[in-house]
Parts: sequence; C-alpha cells; structure tokens
Amino acid sequence: MLQKLGVEVLSVSTDSQFVHKMWNESELSKMVEGGIPFPMVADGAGHLGRAYGVYDENGGVNIRGRFLIDPDGIIQAMEVLTPPVGRKFEETVRQVQAFQHVRATKGAEAMPAGWEPGKKTLKVGPDLVGKVWEVWNPRDR
Amino acid sequence: MAEKAIGCARPTGAVLGGKPVPEEKTESVPEEKEMTTAKVGSPAPDFEAPAYHNGKFISVKLSERLGKWVMLCFYPGDFTFV
Repeated sequence: MLQKLGVEVLSVSTDSQFVHKMWNESELSKMVEGGIPFPMVADGAGHLGRAYGVYDENGGVNIRGRFLIDPDGIIQAMEVLTPPVGRKFEETVRQVQAFQHVRATKGAEAMPAGWEPGKKTLKVGPDLVGKVWEVWNPRDR
Repeated sequence: MAEKAIGCARPTGAVLGGKPVPEEKTESVPEEKEMTTAKVGSPAPDFEAPAYHNGKFISVKLSERLGKWVMLCFYPGDFTFV
C-alpha cells in the first residue's frame, strides 16, 4: 500500500543487519510473501534513535517511532509509542494520503479532523476564517 | 545500491551533518554534540547506516532519498512480539 503511494520504507532497530537477515528468513518471510521488501537498518549504537528522540538509554533499544519525511527531507508527521502497543497501519496510510494531498495543492487545502480520501477538504484563506462551521460539520468525520 | 563489505565491528549507523567539532577541543566533547532532535516541520536528521535488503548487506543514506516520501520506522527489536 505504501509502495503504491510512492513511499519508501526504512525500518530501524538496534539489531545488526545479520540479525535482520535471520529474522526475515526464519520468521517474517513466512508472514509476508517474498519477505520484507524494504531495507532493514542496523542502529547498534543508537545514534539514529538518539537523533530522532526514540532511543531508550536504559533498555538500549529504540522505542516505536514512525516518521513521515516529505520529498524535501522535512518531517511532516511523527508518532512515538512505548513498547507494549503496536501501531495501526491504516492510520499511517491515511496520514500519507492527507500530506500528499496538502503537498499536491501546495498548501491551498487543509485536511480537517478525521479526513480520508474522498472527504471534504478545507480551502484555506481569509474567507474561511470564522466560517469553518458553514462548510464543515464535525459529524462529517 | 552497492553491496557493503562486512567487518567484525558492531554494526551501527552515524548521523550526518552535525556541527564539526573544533580540533583543539577534542578532549572534552560533550555527548550532546550528536543530538539533532527530530521535530515536525524541521529537516529530518540525515544518517548513513548498514542495512539488510533483499538478501544483501547495503549502506543506507537518508539524503539519497530526497525527492521521495520516506517512512522511517523505529521498533524495539527483531524477534519480539508486537
């Protein structure tokens, strides 16, 4: 799904690339046909995790953090969770679609809460100030 | 992408583009030098790191992906459960 949207995925953990290889071969390739299609990055010393604020110094691991980076190299979205809760992939996809839509309109349109592809966007400008209630109802979410 | 030669050192990546450290002060460089904290709306800290991809060991550099959307996902560890 992310590939269809033209998004390149990189996964990062403090495991070595050798462990990534074995995990892919012995387990993940049995859950994902053909194995993991994206690069699995090794961050043994936690330099990457520290730079992104997700390195847990006590545990020596990177906690779950997801960063959406646009074609200009700017971080547009981030989500960081403590270890026991996993992410929801559909929400990631929705955010990619929303940010790609914003970029396609060069910022002329904004995505209200709960926006999904096909739903109403907001045309940003002086005329919209104080008038959001006329064009968008929270129940539309 | 070129395959990466494998050594015995613990594989890790490095953050790129940090402030260069003045040579005469190398004795007491505070650790925070490598802290480039990620924020929304700010440039993503660039890095270069070893990776496994499609049966090969490669080197991944974030800035080589400029012009494309990138999803960077950190997770605690291989062979864990969530």
